[in-house]
Amino acid sequence: MAMSSSLLWAVDIFGRVYTLSTVGQYWELCKDTQLEFKRVSAVKQCCWGIACDHQVYTYVFSGDVPIRYQEETYENQRWNPVGGFCEKLMPSDRWQWSDVSGLKHQQLDSFTLPSPHWEWESDWYVDENIGGEPTEKGGWTYAIDFPSTYTKDKKWNSCVRRRRWIRYRRYKSRDVWAKITSHDDPERLPDPFNDISIGGWEITDEPLGRLSVWAVSLQGRVWYRENVCHHNPEGSTWSLISTPGEVAQISCGSYDLLWATLWEGQAIVREGIDRNNPQGISWSTVESPSSDNGIMHVSVGVDVVWCITKDRKVWFRRGVNSHNPCGTSWIEMVGEMMMVNVGLNNQVWGIGCDDRTIYFRQGVTPSELSGKMWKAIVCGRESDRSQTGSSTSLLSAGCFFTDDIQNQTNTVIQGDADTSSDTELSSIPTNLSSTPPMGAAASSASSTGSQAAGAPASVTVDPLDSDQGEAPAASASDEKAHLESRKSTNPTPSTELQWTNIDLKEAHRHAVLSVSTFTETSSLSSLGMFSVGAEEQYGADEHPLWAWVSGGGCLVDLHSPLKWFAVPSGLSSSVQSLSLSITPAQTAAWRKQIFQQLSERTKRELENFRHYEQAVEQSVWVKTGMLQWWRNWKPHKWMDVRVALEQFTGSDGMRDSILFIYYMYHEEKKYIHVFLNEVTIIAEVLKEGKHSFALYTPERTKQRWPICLAATTEQEMHDWLSLLTMSCCESRRIQGPPSHHAIWSVSCKGDIFVSEPSPELEAEPHPMPCDQMFWRQVGGHLRLVECNNRGIVWGIGYDHTVWVHTGGYGGGFIQGLASSADNIYTQSDVKCVYIYENQRWNPVTGYSSRGLPTDRYMWSDASGLQECTKANTKPPSPQWSWVSDWYIDFSTSGGTDREGWQYAADFPASYHGHKTMKDFVRRRRWARSSLICQGTSWLHVGTDQPFVSISVGAFFQVWAVARDGSAFYRGSVSPKKPAGDCWYHIPSPQKQKLKQVSVGRTSVFVLDKNGNLWYRQGITPSYPQGSAWDHVSNNIRKMSVGPLDQVWVIADKVQGSHGLSCGTVCHRTGVQPMEPKGLAWDYGIGGGWEHVTVRGNASQAPRGTVPSESPPEPMESEGSGRKGQAERSRTPLMVSERQEVDSNAVNC
Amino acid sequence: MTDDKDVLRDVWFGRIPTCFTLYQDEITEREAEPYYLLLPRISYLTLVTDKVKKHFQKVMRQEEVNEIWFEYEGTPLKWHYPIGLLFDLHASNTALPWSITVHFKNFPEKDLLHCHSKDVIEAHFMACIKEADALKHKSQVINEMQKKDHKQLWMGLQNDKFEQFWAINRKLMEYPPEDSGFRYIPFRIYQATTERPFIQKLFRPIASGGQLHTLGDLLKDVCPSAITPEGGDIRFFMHYMDISVCSH
Repeated sequence: MAMSSSLLWAVDIFGRVYTLSTVGQYWELCKDTQLEFKRVSAVKQCCWGIACDHQVYTYVFSGDVPIRYQEETYENQRWNPVGGFCEKLMPSDRWQWSDVSGLKHQQLDSFTLPSPHWEWESDWYVDENIGGEPTEKGGWTYAIDFPSTYTKDKKWNSCVRRRRWIRYRRYKSRDVWAKITSHDDPERLPDPFNDISIGGWEITDEPLGRLSVWAVSLQGRVWYRENVCHHNPEGSTWSLISTPGEVAQISCGSYDLLWATLWEGQAIVREGIDRNNPQGISWSTVESPSSDNGIMHVSVGVDVVWCITKDRKVWFRRGVNSHNPCGTSWIEMVGEMMMVNVGLNNQVWGIGCDDRTIYFRQGVTPSELSGKMWKAIVCGRESDRSQTGSSTSLLSAGCFFTDDIQNQTNTVIQGDADTSSDTELSSIPTNLSSTPPMGAAASSASSTGSQAAGAPASVTVDPLDSDQGEAPAASASDEKAHLESRKSTNPTPSTELQWTNIDLKEAHRHAVLSVSTFTETSSLSSLGMFSVGAEEQYGADEHPLWAWVSGGGCLVDLHSPLKWFAVPSGLSSSVQSLSLSITPAQTAAWRKQIFQQLSERTKRELENFRHYEQAVEQSVWVKTGMLQWWRNWKPHKWMDVRVALEQFTGSDGMRDSILFIYYMYHEEKKYIHVFLNEVTIIAEVLKEGKHSFALYTPERTKQRWPICLAATTEQEMHDWLSLLTMSCCESRRIQGPPSHHAIWSVSCKGDIFVSEPSPELEAEPHPMPCDQMFWRQVGGHLRLVECNNRGIVWGIGYDHTVWVHTGGYGGGFIQGLASSADNIYTQSDVKCVYIYENQRWNPVTGYSSRGLPTDRYMWSDASGLQECTKANTKPPSPQWSWVSDWYIDFSTSGGTDREGWQYAADFPASYHGHKTMKDFVRRRRWARSSLICQGTSWLHVGTDQPFVSISVGAFFQVWAVARDGSAFYRGSVSPKKPAGDCWYHIPSPQKQKLKQVSVGRTSVFVLDKNGNLWYRQGITPSYPQGSAWDHVSNNIRKMSVGPLDQVWVIADKVQGSHGLSCGTVCHRTGVQPMEPKGLAWDYGIGGGWEHVTVRGNASQAPRGTVPSESPPEPMESEGSGRKGQAERSRTPLMVSERQEVDSNAVNC
Repeated sequence: MTDDKDVLRDVWFGRIPTCFTLYQDEITEREAEPYYLLLPRISYLTLVTDKVKKHFQKVMRQEEVNEIWFEYEGTPLKWHYPIGLLFDLHASNTALPWSITVHFKNFPEKDLLHCHSKDVIEAHFMACIKEADALKHKSQVINEMQKKDHKQLWMGLQNDKFEQFWAINRKLMEYPPEDSGFRYIPFRIYQATTERPFIQKLFRPIASGGQLHTLGDLLKDVCPSAITPEGGDIRFFMHYMDISVCSH
């Protein structure tokens, strides 16, 4: 499933909860249908709601990552001469079982699960680890006395010892409504709840997944749920927030806005909400826009407020922002609504007053927050369809044939009550009699009286059909029973034959080709088709009536259009369109049919005539245009040039192309030309903010001087890029998706390139030179990309999100023709741009933006050399667009005060987060997020936290490390299912935060932030996650595991006979199938090395010699060693040189 | 469908094997051999028959050579219809190759338009493209294009260059994501049996209720008689694909 989709939540008047995906066309009934709901409030990861029992429930999606929490307690012992270490402690000592501080008594059995929604993952076990170092068996750590520093070694003076016990609990109630139980004092327990709103996740990231959950009780009191975050999805307790009056309804935005309505008709606005105080401080009051009609309902976004007054009029609040949460004035909007809801990105949904339809506000953009118009969402419900599930699937095969017949029978159907009854029935909750309809349903019944009344009536009428209703998932036998029931209720003789006919192709062909068969079939089948038509017909008539909508988790992407507004079967009376409804299966079937017909046509018209002469001879065609060229003589600058691409077809039928660049040199016309079959890469570059790209040939790679061309518009550049890339691929006969052996690379701009290795690339002794490799661009934007040799490719974006390659190609600027039609998804990446606000202290006004004449710009980049104001700072390149406003960044290294300031004695100096007497200057960092969005062949893989490292093994093992240092294993990755299914959280070695993972053929190694190298033990095909971490070595900076499970590292410090070298390439020796951890290190070149990768080296040592590893090279004599050293020592220089030139070429 | 390169290619590279024979009454100096050619379905007769003309001119006396025209089983073939259309309309049941008779005399003035140069074909082709874009985008896309883009479209067709043509035509087939389709669907329905040249109507891709229209809706709207069971013997073709099945 594409993770880039998100959900709109809604409740219908019967209290049933539905979701509508941004890529879907049908409302889907919430998986857990045990309860009816009054209200829901959704965010991306969960939904909170108030059920008809007025209790609060939370619905946490079953994500890829488990929600788990580590409980710990300490066992303490003291030594005495008689029994040695024992449980007997001194009276002044801590408890025998305590928390880490020793102050709290904590026995193992005192730990209970916080709610029925948790389960223990395993039993208690001892942590045999201290500060990353393994302890002796038993896990004891020793000290002179409590409290003190503990060490893993027992010394002569160790009088006390302790060990840590660990147990994990896991939140299990996912994808179901979990009741929020309260352990609070019953006296202070909130009365039944009336409204709920969640948001506030943008206030602060700490702790992960923190949410503000606000609720209103029936008595009009406001409650705030404490400590709701990722590993505590239920929160802990309700806190009462005092209010100036009785509150009717509340709305919490994704950031710091919180509004509520009072029964008297005013709105109250919470002030003082910030990261230190998410509950806010005080209330201010905002009067209703109309004096006669108070505010009935309010909804807030990031910086917008919408409200409904009691006369159902819709209002938009002007001038709302963080500094002025109350805004300035009301504007009346078009439409009459029951309620409105502001979701992600300030997008707005409303429920129409008369028709109870959900409307989406179109055209809401940062520049036009109030949007343009209301557009009705006309989607059918999955449940309407599922009743005809089996018949629908028949339609997909023979969809082109049925509707005409259906159409004929429509009139009959509409007059027939029996046939529609079972549809109606199953749309009514089966426990209808046991659950009294809620207020909302009753009140709305007036507008839909006839339908509401009609429904129960049919329940009682037809007992036969009610059986059907209880088994809505119609299996084959059900379907038959269904038919028979129909037969019995309908006097017309039914023909089962026609039913079986539907999915038989031959029958259709008959129907179409021969008139007589056709009419015969249609008359006979009218009954057989009947029920299909009847149910759809009825389902379509039963227009859903909505009571509540929540878009807090619904990300409407401006780049991919919603399919909510034009659904064939939704409200349409035309059953016609149903057959071509755009389900992927049907589209595929349709496409296949077209394709087949075209193939037949080709066969018929061409097969025997291929020797005929073609009417049109292939010839040259030319694309010309004006571009700018970075001229290759000094002074280097852009100059206007005429460019022509000539494409011709060789005698072998292959196309080849030449690019000509015509320029003036001292009044003289000249040109350069490039054969596109020699071009090795065409890459966009950032040169002076122009829309420019670079062409390399092997020669130009050697020169480090590509041909740089610039177009006036981005579109024009993309047209050229697309055409040139296509021509290059064509002349090299490269097409389709990258192969399994492809070499992937990412430029510092985040562009992704792929090269098909030729066998000569590794041919010894004369491998193909690197500069002849041809790189083609694959759409998308990533920070790093990793693959195995069997076609599985994963990447991590700049925003630390995880992506898997779908096997598509093209995307990005390579649209249309050179791109695959399938497997293209929308990819986005977010990057922050930072600027600094600088201030100097003066005795009169304190800190101010008036600096000394010699000071840096008061708004600058980090260095202070460039002026960067909020207004003039642009996104990283024209492809990026801003997605947030400027905000203060509190996470600057060195720490900040509450307003984000860092202080220092002078510019530039080291900054600290608190003010001292000696600080005369201060600065704070502002950040603004920018977004790149394009159609690519990368599919987003959901994670609950940012990732930093990823690796793909030979057997499709995908391992990753999150930014918080934990490891994850991706289950069920295969060539057919490159995205796998879910993440398994792998606990990191005790107290260690991981930073890198590398997966070889079967081995998995990780590196932690303290430089320890760990091997994953117990990995078997049936248990690919493995069982435990095994310490291999410390003192490691980077590591790389190769396709033969060989291990290479950069060691931090290596002692030689004469000196110490930092950053040394080392090779693990003795790695063998039975000894995957290896035995010892062989030390190689060193002093200043940063990174090594051996992932490409799959060349086996010749068999018959020492298995697996070739013996280490014989020690070189001192003289030759020095020579080798001298030779190698030039390498780092060359590397840095190349980097410089590279950055010139593919600009950073 | 514009993204579906495979289908587009198959449509573009459709060819009809054709055998050209000189009309028996034409006066020749020696016997005229028939001439065999693969004609591109999406092109125009007079645009791709230079070779045919040359072939037959060789055996004719120069003073006998007038404007060339073509005829199939007594029906003069309109050069301004695409070749595939002519074939499907008049000869879809014939055995291949398609046998076309070549004339240099007695130009049927009332049946055919004159075609003295390729410019006439280009003008006709561009007029069709413009008309279609007027329906699709109120002519906005075609008007925003430069002269060279227009030229590229035409050259693409003339030289049978798929990429060259589609690099431009792609833009004509796009619509903004906020719209769910073209303004109107440009289409023409040609009938083999009637005198009327073709049926053409304004037809929106989306019904007033918001649901997508299908080809079946279109046909029902445009020629309702053909959709009823009594009209069951009427078949619809598009690029020789029998689309009757889709429309029912």
